[in-house]
Amino acid sequence: MKLTGRKIYKGIGEGEAIVTNDGISFYGGVDPDTGKVVEVGHELEGQSIMGKVLVFPTGKGSTVGSYTMYRMKKNNTAPVAIVNKEIDTIIAVGCIISEIPCVDKIDINNIKTGQQLIVNGSEGTVEVK
Amino acid sequence: MNLSQEDRDMLEGKHGKAVQKSMEILTTLGEIFNAEGMITIHSVQVAGVSYANLGEAGLEFLNEMAEDGKVRVLTTLNPAGMDRENWKVLGIDEEFAKNQNRAINAFAKMGIITTCSCTPYLIGNSPHFGQHIAWAESSAVCFANSVIGARTNREGGPSALAAALTGKTPNYGYHLDQNRRGQVLVKVNVPLKGTDEFGVLGKIIGDKLVALGKVIPFIVGIPSATVEELKSFCASIATYGGVALFHMEGITPEYNNYPKPKDIEFDVNQNDMEKARTELIDDNLEIDFVSIGCPHASIHEIAILADLLKGKKVNKEFWITTARPTKKIADQAGYTKTIEDAGAKFAADTCCVVAPIKGRFKGIMVDSAKACYYGRAKNKFKVKIGTIEDCVAEAIR
Repeated sequence: MKLTGRKIYKGIGEGEAIVTNDGISFYGGVDPDTGKVVEVGHELEGQSIMGKVLVFPTGKGSTVGSYTMYRMKKNNTAPVAIVNKEIDTIIAVGCIISEIPCVDKIDINNIKTGQQLIVNGSEGTVEVK
Repeated sequence: MNLSQEDRDMLEGKHGKAVQKSMEILTTLGEIFNAEGMITIHSVQVAGVSYANLGEAGLEFLNEMAEDGKVRVLTTLNPAGMDRENWKVLGIDEEFAKNQNRAINAFAKMGIITTCSCTPYLIGNSPHFGQHIAWAESSAVCFANSVIGARTNREGGPSALAAALTGKTPNYGYHLDQNRRGQVLVKVNVPLKGTDEFGVLGKIIGDKLVALGKVIPFIVGIPSATVEELKSFCASIATYGGVALFHMEGITPEYNNYPKPKDIEFDVNQNDMEKARTELIDDNLEIDFVSIGCPHASIHEIAILADLLKGKKVNKEFWITTARPTKKIADQAGYTKTIEDAGAKFAADTCCVVAPIKGRFKGIMVDSAKACYYGRAKNKFKVKIGTIEDCVAEAIR
């Protein structure tokens, strides 16, 4: 199955999907050293997003979150790609400065945790294998 | 989006790596928000300065941008995590100070004027009516849009920096006439005075707007307001309501440019003011910290403080947070000596929101509703709002 959305940041990221219906705040909500979600009560609390394709509706929280994403990329704890329903500026800027392939305007209900995905940020597509 | 030849050259890397990365940020934001093209900007305020927020990675990003990036327009800087001259006295550790200076140096290398203040409009970064600008720092964004009538979206640290390095921003949101109309008519039925009362009003309106899902209030019933009162109001309504623009009948320059909303959405009465003030005073308070200057104190506020503190002694930690240039004026006028003789301390370049002081005090007293919010959320203090006179009285008690 190939889903078509909008290209946000170029490049191709391939990996296992981790899907949530909660918004994600990288600043304070994710530990940049371990790659784990630490926001109390979050659907993904305690789970690692490192090396995964992170699929979530949209970003939330402080604009510092863009820098947190950059820090994760440098620490090798970042997701390999990001898929959003509707992107926000924090995640968009975070993907650009960290060079993480990103696509939005995807119906994320079509993606399940554990599926293998190929995100093509240059084309704006998400392939579910 | 329609890009000019110059925009495309920037995007293709013909103006260097930092400009290319900046243009990637700006065109992506433009696409997301359906901008038709880019516009030239005249001033930038960059946020994301405190090392506590940037961390090593943020600093690495800044250093990367500073390799070949130079600002193309007047660009000033938000507060840092410490007073750059007086950090030791204010209890900042040496390691933090070293790292904070590395961040400031990266900004300076790009040609940014390292003012380290949230009130750029008081110290020489003062755009005029109708100018397009790209500012981060929510309180200054609100002041620039509403009180000055300049035009900016609420930028984050990287997008403001990108605007500075290219001299451009995507043309959407508050840059366009159609997005600057008042959405909600608010009638204030109570006389207001002082930075604390205007801050309380900002919280009331901000909270209501969030509940209504609206962002631009049109406020009537306020006969006059000082710059300091508006500065406090902007900080508060931006903090509690995410507001980037308001119109105030008879006061702000654009209130007559767009149709006024027909029906009053809500009133603000004396009991609303009392209730909201109560919400900004915690129970079981023990105040051991007093701070004035959120947003950064103006020279007028410092003059008032000097008058109130003359010949007195404070018994609590007392910070006056302000911009370095404002403090220089205070030095020359003799206010600094009067204030320091009373035992209060200046904390220039920084503030009680961004300094790394989490948990260092039990309770903070301020004249700012914004400082109450961050005092609680970020620094885990108990809080109390009061007039500037109440704050001094508490400090010398």
